Amino acid sequence: MEYIILIISAILVNNIVFAQTLGICPFLGVSSKISSSVGMGAAVVFVITLATLVTFLLNQYLLVPFNLGFLQTIVYILVIAALVQMVEIILKKVSPSLYSALGIFLPLITTNCAVLGVALLVIQKEFNLLQSVVYGFATAIGFGLALVIMAGIREQLELQSVPKGMKGSPITLVTAGILALAFMGFANLV
Amino acid sequence: MKKKESTLKNMLLSLAIVAGIAGVCLGFVYGLTKDRIDQAAQAKKENALKSVLPAFEKSETLQMDAPDDTRKIEVFKAFNGEELVGVAVSTYTKKGFGGEIDLMVGILPDGTLNKVSVLSMSETPGLGTKMTDPGFYTQFEGKHPDTFKMLVKKDGGDVDAITSATISSRAYCDALSRAYKVFNQVVSNN
Amino acid sequence: MSAKINQWKNFSKGLVKENPALVLMLGMCPTLAVTSSAINGLGMGLATTFVLVLSNMLISAIKTQVPDKVRIPCFIVVIAAFVTVVDLLIKGFVPALGESLGVFIPLIVVNCIVLGRAEAFASKNGVFSSLIDGLGMGLGFTFALTILGIIREVLGAGAIFGNKFIDGDGIIVFILAPGAFIVLGFLVALVRQLSKKN
Repeated sequence: MEYIILIISAILVNNIVFAQTLGICPFLGVSSKISSSVGMGAAVVFVITLATLVTFLLNQYLLVPFNLGFLQTIVYILVIAALVQMVEIILKKVSPSLYSALGIFLPLITTNCAVLGVALLVIQKEFNLLQSVVYGFATAIGFGLALVIMAGIREQLELQSVPKGMKGSPITLVTAGILALAFMGFANLV
Repeated sequence: MKKKESTLKNMLLSLAIVAGIAGVCLGFVYGLTKDRIDQAAQAKKENALKSVLPAFEKSETLQMDAPDDTRKIEVFKAFNGEELVGVAVSTYTKKGFGGEIDLMVGILPDGTLNKVSVLSMSETPGLGTKMTDPGFYTQFEGKHPDTFKMLVKKDGGDVDAITSATISSRAYCDALSRAYKVFNQVVSNN
Repeated sequence: MSAKINQWKNFSKGLVKENPALVLMLGMCPTLAVTSSAINGLGMGLATTFVLVLSNMLISAIKTQVPDKVRIPCFIVVIAAFVTVVDLLIKGFVPALGESLGVFIPLIVVNCIVLGRAEAFASKNGVFSSLIDGLGMGLGFTFALTILGIIREVLGAGAIFGNKFIDGDGIIVFILAPGAFIVLGFLVALVRQLSKKN
């Protein structure tokens, strides 16, 4: 039950894009087509879940015991960068079809602040290992959900006549704002 | 000057040197700022103590087991001469909307709640953060848990929840009830 | 003389024409997340400027010593080191600001502006030019964040820099996430419209 609440709250109530405003750069950049947003979403789910697991273990068994908490940021970002590289190489060997689907999105993920954000948040929230991984996974699903919804709306928006000054990023931001309002409605779910 | 070749040796070497220097420098800065950071945290705790308890001359710190958890809770017994004037419990809850909330709760020897001070939280700005507004916290002052049920009205208690921040208000009550559990232990030990 | 003009151009481009937050649309996460009040926006902007200037200078200084293929990891380490320094300094000297910015200080590492300027400018230009570039971009970012923070605080809390001028609440939604998106959207549109007229 506790985990169900955790998952619902990470996907809907505390949606990483709409409530915590993390991972906005890829959210705005890759949400113009549904197909690419699905690819990006999948890649992010993959990386966030792995990165949360690895950084959590590193923090627990290396940084905290040796009192090296101040190296957290540097270690985390290196782990994430290395992990993204590794995932890229492994995918290329193991599943070329998945690689060609996700490939172009992978390098972008290193600077997706949602990844580092989740890794840091699970420490701040004092989750245990399982909670952290579940939270990471659910948050990433929430990110993918936000991306796909947004892409669906933007595909429709293409066909509408938008005031000239609002074309492009302004209207995208305002749309995201309205979506975020809608997501606030989930607040009483948990 | 020519750019260094991208040989494996060069790559590893330069990466190691950069990381090494960065690590050493950070260790140095950490050493310089550590005392300041500890002092700031200490000052904050002392201020919170003074603000939640009636005037006192000396205090005594206890480490208590947190109820239903593996961690410790700090308890401060405040004395005027030999007379116990109040007990402050540094309590917490994990049920906040944005993760953990830490409170300092000042309780008079007869069990009446004196004052509460928020030590740290990461609630939604403008909603959950209102727990630091007098409009919310004054309703607890001078109340006794026997006559004032510390649950939000939605859950059958007497607490007026913060508008559209029921989760934060519930978490606040959860932290208070944890403080009272510890307080009762302290009192019954005497 | 012409060198001076060039440096001025180099500095001023970040303020308006290539303003990272309002025109280039970089560094969106902190832009949206921490601007719930003017002081937070200002603090975040200055912290980012600090990192940007120092990392730009250092990266420009070591650019010839770093092999091309590990360029990005080295840059990231340099940036992460400066971010940690800022984090420690803020925690030590302005703990209240550190609490309200929270996890967003370490997240400066992944702010696309910092790595973006390192890659696009500092790795190709001299130390002094890189300093000017970092300063201009950083102040432009600070400016954008502060404006956004002021608008949201005025509408959402009825206050400027923490000084309340109305009783009770403002329109709370403006200090929440939806307000961040909407205000930024209109601000970007406004800046575009103004720069078109010039």
